[in-house]
Amino acid sequence: MTQDTSGTTTPMGFGRMHRKEDARFIRGRGTYVDDVRLPGMLHGAILRSPHAHARILSVDASAAEAYPGVRAVITGATLETLNLAWMPTLSADVQAVLATDKVRFQGQEVAFVVAEDPYTARDAVELIDVGYEPLEPVVDARRALDADAPVIRDDLEGRTGNHIFDWEAGDRAQTDAIFERAEVTVAQDMLYPRVHPAPLETCGAVADFDKVTGKLTVWCPTQAPHAHRTLYALVAGLPEHKIRVISPDIGGGFGGKVGIYPGYVCAIVGSIVTGRPVKWMEDRSENLMSTAFARDYHMRGEIAATRDGRILALRVKVVADHGAFNGTAQPTKFPAGFFGVFTGSYDIEAAHCEVTGVYTNKAPGGVAYACSFRITEAVYLVERMIDVLACELDADPAELRMRNLIRPERFPYTSPTGWEYDSGDYPRALRLALDMAGYDKLRAEQAERRRGDGPQLGIGISFFTEAVGAGPRRHMDILGLGMADGAELRVHPTGKAVLRVSCQSQGQGHETTFAQIVAAELGIPPDDVEVVHGDTDQTPFGLGTYGSRSTPVSGAATAIVARKVRERARLVAAAMLEASPQDLEWSVSETGGRWSVQGSAGHGRSIQEIAMAAHSNLELPEGVEGHLDAVTVYNPPNLTYPFGAYVCVVEVDPRTGQVKVRRFVAVDDCGVRINPMIVEGQIHGGLADGVGMALMQLMAFDEDGNHLGASFMDYLLPTALECPSWELGETVTPSPHHPIGAKGVGESATVGSPAAVVNAVLDALRPYGVRHADMPLTPANVWSALRGSPLRTDLAIT
Amino acid sequence: MQVPARFEYERAQSVSHALALLDRHGPESRVIAGGHSLLPMMKLRLARPEVLIDINDLAELSFLGVEGDELVVGALVRHAQLLADPTVGRFFPIFHDAERVIADPVVRNRGTVGGSLCQADPSEDLSAAFAAVRATAVIQGPDGEREVPIREFHRGPYETAVEPGELLTRLRVPLRPGAGSAYEKVERRVGDWPVAAAGAQLRLDGGVIAEAGIGLTAVGAEHFAAPGAEEYLTGRAPGEEAFAEAGRIAAEDCNPQADQRGPVAYKRHLAGELVRRVLTRAAGRAAGRAGDRQAGE
Amino acid sequence: MQITVTVNGQPYTRDVEPRLLLVHFLRDHLALTGTHWGCDTSNCGACVVHLDATPVKSCTVLAVMCDGHEVTTVEGLERDGELDAVQKGFAECHGLQCGFCTPGMMLTARWLLDNDPDPDEGRIRETISGQLCRCTGYENIVRAVRWAAGHEAGRAAAGEGAREGTRT
Repeated sequence: MTQDTSGTTTPMGFGRMHRKEDARFIRGRGTYVDDVRLPGMLHGAILRSPHAHARILSVDASAAEAYPGVRAVITGATLETLNLAWMPTLSADVQAVLATDKVRFQGQEVAFVVAEDPYTARDAVELIDVGYEPLEPVVDARRALDADAPVIRDDLEGRTGNHIFDWEAGDRAQTDAIFERAEVTVAQDMLYPRVHPAPLETCGAVADFDKVTGKLTVWCPTQAPHAHRTLYALVAGLPEHKIRVISPDIGGGFGGKVGIYPGYVCAIVGSIVTGRPVKWMEDRSENLMSTAFARDYHMRGEIAATRDGRILALRVKVVADHGAFNGTAQPTKFPAGFFGVFTGSYDIEAAHCEVTGVYTNKAPGGVAYACSFRITEAVYLVERMIDVLACELDADPAELRMRNLIRPERFPYTSPTGWEYDSGDYPRALRLALDMAGYDKLRAEQAERRRGDGPQLGIGISFFTEAVGAGPRRHMDILGLGMADGAELRVHPTGKAVLRVSCQSQGQGHETTFAQIVAAELGIPPDDVEVVHGDTDQTPFGLGTYGSRSTPVSGAATAIVARKVRERARLVAAAMLEASPQDLEWSVSETGGRWSVQGSAGHGRSIQEIAMAAHSNLELPEGVEGHLDAVTVYNPPNLTYPFGAYVCVVEVDPRTGQVKVRRFVAVDDCGVRINPMIVEGQIHGGLADGVGMALMQLMAFDEDGNHLGASFMDYLLPTALECPSWELGETVTPSPHHPIGAKGVGESATVGSPAAVVNAVLDALRPYGVRHADMPLTPANVWSALRGSPLRTDLAIT
Repeated sequence: MQVPARFEYERAQSVSHALALLDRHGPESRVIAGGHSLLPMMKLRLARPEVLIDINDLAELSFLGVEGDELVVGALVRHAQLLADPTVGRFFPIFHDAERVIADPVVRNRGTVGGSLCQADPSEDLSAAFAAVRATAVIQGPDGEREVPIREFHRGPYETAVEPGELLTRLRVPLRPGAGSAYEKVERRVGDWPVAAAGAQLRLDGGVIAEAGIGLTAVGAEHFAAPGAEEYLTGRAPGEEAFAEAGRIAAEDCNPQADQRGPVAYKRHLAGELVRRVLTRAAGRAAGRAGDRQAGE
Repeated sequence: MQITVTVNGQPYTRDVEPRLLLVHFLRDHLALTGTHWGCDTSNCGACVVHLDATPVKSCTVLAVMCDGHEVTTVEGLERDGELDAVQKGFAECHGLQCGFCTPGMMLTARWLLDNDPDPDEGRIRETISGQLCRCTGYENIVRAVRWAAGHEAGRAAAGEGAREGTRT
């Protein structure tokens, strides 16, 4: 359970401690991108397409250019002359910065106005006259590959359809053979709908190009500042050492702030063109319409099993809606992300999946919402399928899961699609969750309620396994950049330290957690460790924070660089103590870290004393240069595999379709917890995501391709009243290959919780013969499901 | 950035000053109070008034209380004020039920009763609540005051009986001793506009329903009311079956449109279900208030 | 037009366009960037400030409407170098992660405690239900407000006196 941290002292290492970053946030003194103000700064605004698919016939910006206060209007034609109209995406496609030939989704960027103030920029946007010839849009992903479907990407040479890729994993022949002879098979179509992470802070940028020095500084809320720098160098042709990306405080990211958006490039071009700094801030509709969406997986799952509930094989087909440009942010060799881990937490003999990516007239994105590179979709699929099988077999979903979970003795476990799970005790976690929930009592209450026609009780279970911390660089890169991350640690003469890391917090508390890792390894109090991140001129290269990789990768780098410092300190201490380094032993107590002569604890030196000596005129042994500073790059040997068992309890009013989440029990195992307070906070947030996605976050498109969830009035996010008081439990199974045994937790609850909520609602509806309905389970959708026709949630309700 | 187009701003010092400003600036001027309906439309530039006349200083429009045998609700009464008022809760629990589900507490601090009614959004909860209790709107113009029954106030979506140059000043609601009322809404999430909602007021006399008022929100009911169901109930004994039948009639008479909140059949179903529920609760409250009659009279 | 608004106790006179939103007045004209902006449509509450001691969504209030009125922002919560109990509670209970909703949440919480010094969980959840947090799942925000209530009750009991009466 969550505990209060009040009264606790700062730990010398792991444990609950208050966040160092809060001092500024609670005073309103954070610095988010929109808080950046530079002398002479101009403001940009984007004109966007009202059409989902249309040819651009003309763009007349003369009235806007003449509007008082306007300093520049940039169009696709302007950018073409600079060879900047298109930019590479993170998936080896290209995306229009400002449209030149066609617009391909509603909300696509068409022109950029730069003016003295944001209100003027907004006014001038209205004065740009664009001639469009509307074209038939592709809205329904399942129709994108039809022979008569309009071709969206006619900009790509030789393109005659909307097919992007086919990808498969597993053994098709073995899987098919098992299906042929299986006693029981079930199949279910399901959609993981398009959703948007909708961080409370939208995207934006301040670009400042200094013509004299040739240096470009870009402030933008990016989760991957170094990747942005390299990409800007590639896009704009600027020398990389002349680009500085500063990612300031970020008002939530969740994966939506990984990629480069056209607005960022426009701000840069605007600054180059005007010679003044340019700020561009997205409004909420722009955010929801154009920046990274997530999911949009149309799936068909099939399970082959024995009559007594032993799962033998799993088969999946997916149509993946990637929008108008293939811009998913994921390791290059994994076009479907880590969906291949779809056998989840179960010991299944054979499995096969096929994923086909398609273009549609919608915004690009796909991997952008705490999804662990599509493991969200994979977990949802298998967890729904288990419940569908339970329905078919009339089995208890908890027992069915327990029966098929990977047993602890099977670890390290190699899945049928080739993933090597590092460690786990799954049955223990599930048992704990069921005990905390009082599962048997809940089932009894459910049976009682089923005798009446009042609100029905639903109990939903989900068990998830994630694969995070990407990743081993020989398998995993983004645009050729290996997914290894650096760390630098300086220890000043007085024993205070500065840690520089490549990852970037969006609220995860890195300034605290990473200081605690240093404290644990070096015995320097966390308050004496400054963590520097988010500035490419100040930090070592690395790919940043997404896919729950900060602790698995940068956390490991931090531990290792601290150990390097510790080993240097050993040599210095040996010189100080006139002892052999081999005779020294390291200890960390409440007062700090210390090298002492083995067996005589009093004969030693504190890390602070050693730091001073390392900078002094002390005679050092041969080969020791002085100072304690160290640098490292961490290349993970494998992914880490956090897991958890969730139980959700809902009440469903069958007369109105309303759903109320009554309880949510979450048992998480993310290995060793550095700061349990922060870990619990991460889980709380992800659980709310699950409630939101399962019940209300709706982003449908009408037949003209109009976005029907383009404001917070339509795209509903959960409030405090939809969220129950979360009940947390934990088990700890350290990762055997991670330096501190940690596994990462940032996305666990977002990955695991939607299936629990959906399973709970459908469990309540089971007596009514409802086997499946797609998210979000709005009152209308539940009511329609009760009448045998659940809604198509990707399309407009008619 | 969503910001309004340019406009001029005037702050009215009194009702007559507001009317004079409306007269001076003509049809391109708009009155602003809480601004929570108008400003979002102006930010989207769906509304582009040339002049805004701010009436927030008109304390005379903030009156809320019983005068004679009526509850008087000033047009500038904030949602939060209506919700917090114990007299309102005692005589018209329907208003407290409705206010609890209108927007959120912070918006309710700013948004006004008059603004909500004048916006005339088909999904506005208060329109149905006032229709259920058969309020009277008092409108002031250059030639003085006129009264419009609430069921003639709304002329269609976003259209009211308030003419250019006029100002809604207050609502008058007759006290009905011993009556009970209730409001219920189905929403996708707290703070959302209703999928559908219904309100009802019942006055019982001698074991039968002497007067029934039913309001419907977001289901295309003309004037936010359900006259067919009201007529059916009048003179009948209250009870499960009568209330279900009234719901059925109300559902049949409404005209919902499909949108992302739900298909037509669902909204129609909700209209019936919610009418049944609010009638049941209103009757319960009326029963609970039977001993209250003296106090009310 | 010229307006004078008292913000955090200090009067500011500025010449502004009538269409200027209060949130932009605070952020861009007074450089009080602790008040955030999140949605345009008064749904998210990142922009909540007190107007005459009552929380409002400053994205949906015109600056000119505040002429002659008093506004309190997050920057005004700390008094004489002493953090407000609500600020302390948010730090104590991990009531924030990215910090973007935090100023608005704290201002609404302050108002709640001024009117109800001992709100239960349900009351707290209802009061902040017009404000979105994407990080915390609200759990620790609720706890932070409860902590602040307890802290103030403790101080009152200890005879340190409740807050000065200016904010009731």
